Amino acid sequence: MIEIKGLRKAFGDLEVLKGITETIKDGEIVSIIGPSGSGKSTFLRCINLLEQPTGGQIIIDGEEITNPKHDINKMRENLGMVFQRFNLFPHKTVLENITLAPINVKGIAKAEAEKTARELLTSVGLLDKQDVYPNSLSGGQQQRVAIARALAMNPAIMLFDEPTSALDPEMVGEVLNVIRQLTQTGMTMLIVTHEMGFAREVSDRVFFMDQGIIMEQGTPEDIFNHPKEARTKDFLAKVL
Amino acid sequence: MGDFVSAFFDVLPKLIPGAGTTLLLTICGVGCGILIGLLMALMKLSKNRILKIIANVYIEALRGTPLYVEIFLFHFGVASVIGELFFNGKFSFPILVTGVVVLSLNSGAYVAEIFRAGIQGVDKGQMEAARSLGMSEKEAMRMVILPQAFKLVIPPLGNEFVMLLKDTSLLAAIGLSEIMKRGQIYTSVHFEPFPTYVAVALVYLALTLTFTRIINWYERKLATESK
Repeated sequence: MIEIKGLRKAFGDLEVLKGITETIKDGEIVSIIGPSGSGKSTFLRCINLLEQPTGGQIIIDGEEITNPKHDINKMRENLGMVFQRFNLFPHKTVLENITLAPINVKGIAKAEAEKTARELLTSVGLLDKQDVYPNSLSGGQQQRVAIARALAMNPAIMLFDEPTSALDPEMVGEVLNVIRQLTQTGMTMLIVTHEMGFAREVSDRVFFMDQGIIMEQGTPEDIFNHPKEARTKDFLAKVL
Repeated sequence: MGDFVSAFFDVLPKLIPGAGTTLLLTICGVGCGILIGLLMALMKLSKNRILKIIANVYIEALRGTPLYVEIFLFHFGVASVIGELFFNGKFSFPILVTGVVVLSLNSGAYVAEIFRAGIQGVDKGQMEAARSLGMSEKEAMRMVILPQAFKLVIPPLGNEFVMLLKDTSLLAAIGLSEIMKRGQIYTSVHFEPFPTYVAVALVYLALTLTFTRIINWYERKLATESK
């Protein structure tokens, strides 16, 4: 369970998150939508402390991770993250990308880590690419490897930061299919996305963010079919 | 003209052993410079303020003073003070050691800036991806950032090598018997400055051209690999 209490984040004078309070249950799939600059990505990046919040608390499974004494690295093993721009390690092969952290951070034996990596590559349909370097892959393939890399740490929570925004249109589907499969596994997932159809289909709940707060939240049915706030209606009118 | 040619071919073979000394000085200087430079770059980029200040002072001081002055300062100042204090003046550093130490210290400051630029040249997303997988900052630096930074710094390190190779000639001033010093000795005996220094220049040029070619070849290789 992720409990977020009064989360604030400012960059200098610019306050990007203006107090977010929410609870996300285990196994819940939450999509975060909203106009650009609304703070969606910053919100997501605060949850694994890639951004240090300037106020409020984040409590995951009863542990306050915003407490400076908390072991960030240990906590991050449990929080997989997928980035807009993939961020695969270009000097490592696909297989090494996936096994690097399990071997060196978790101390898993190489053979076992590679076995898991191959299973994950099979599930994202890229087993034949295990020995190539990321630069020779398409964007969609790179993102599928990035998802496999995050899953290799066996996290309980996955964070997706606009996973399809940097992709050519014809590759969006293959990545969404992989994420769709994951929604069946009972993992807790937070997905920042501009793919409204996808958000509507897979989410248990949708957060609409605007101007640094969660303006409105509810089931996909609530948000997409019966939005209450004028800002939500306005935004959906533009993107749907 | 005949005198020029015969003097030229007389001095040239006497300079060649000096080229060995020059190369030794350069390789040791850049080698130690890389170790110092990497340490200083990591200190400069660290969050610890004291380490940052130490690295900054070091880099600014060594880059902000002429190598020529540093050579004199170290040879006549630091080295002889150490000799007096610890060895009662009965011991002085071999001149080759002084040379390597000064070149290393100087090169370290330039290499530090090369490494800093290399580390900062690695995409920010790489550190974030590594940290998001649970790696500590040190682990991420070692396994993800530095291997990529090393690739970026090889061309500028090559340039630093060539610069330092030329700068070893300054060590002639404290009597180190490298190419330049051998030329000076030859001409002080035979009084043939023009052919002597043409020969000296050509030996340096032969060395620098060789290494520049190697660096260019490597840069091209990197460029085609990253495509």
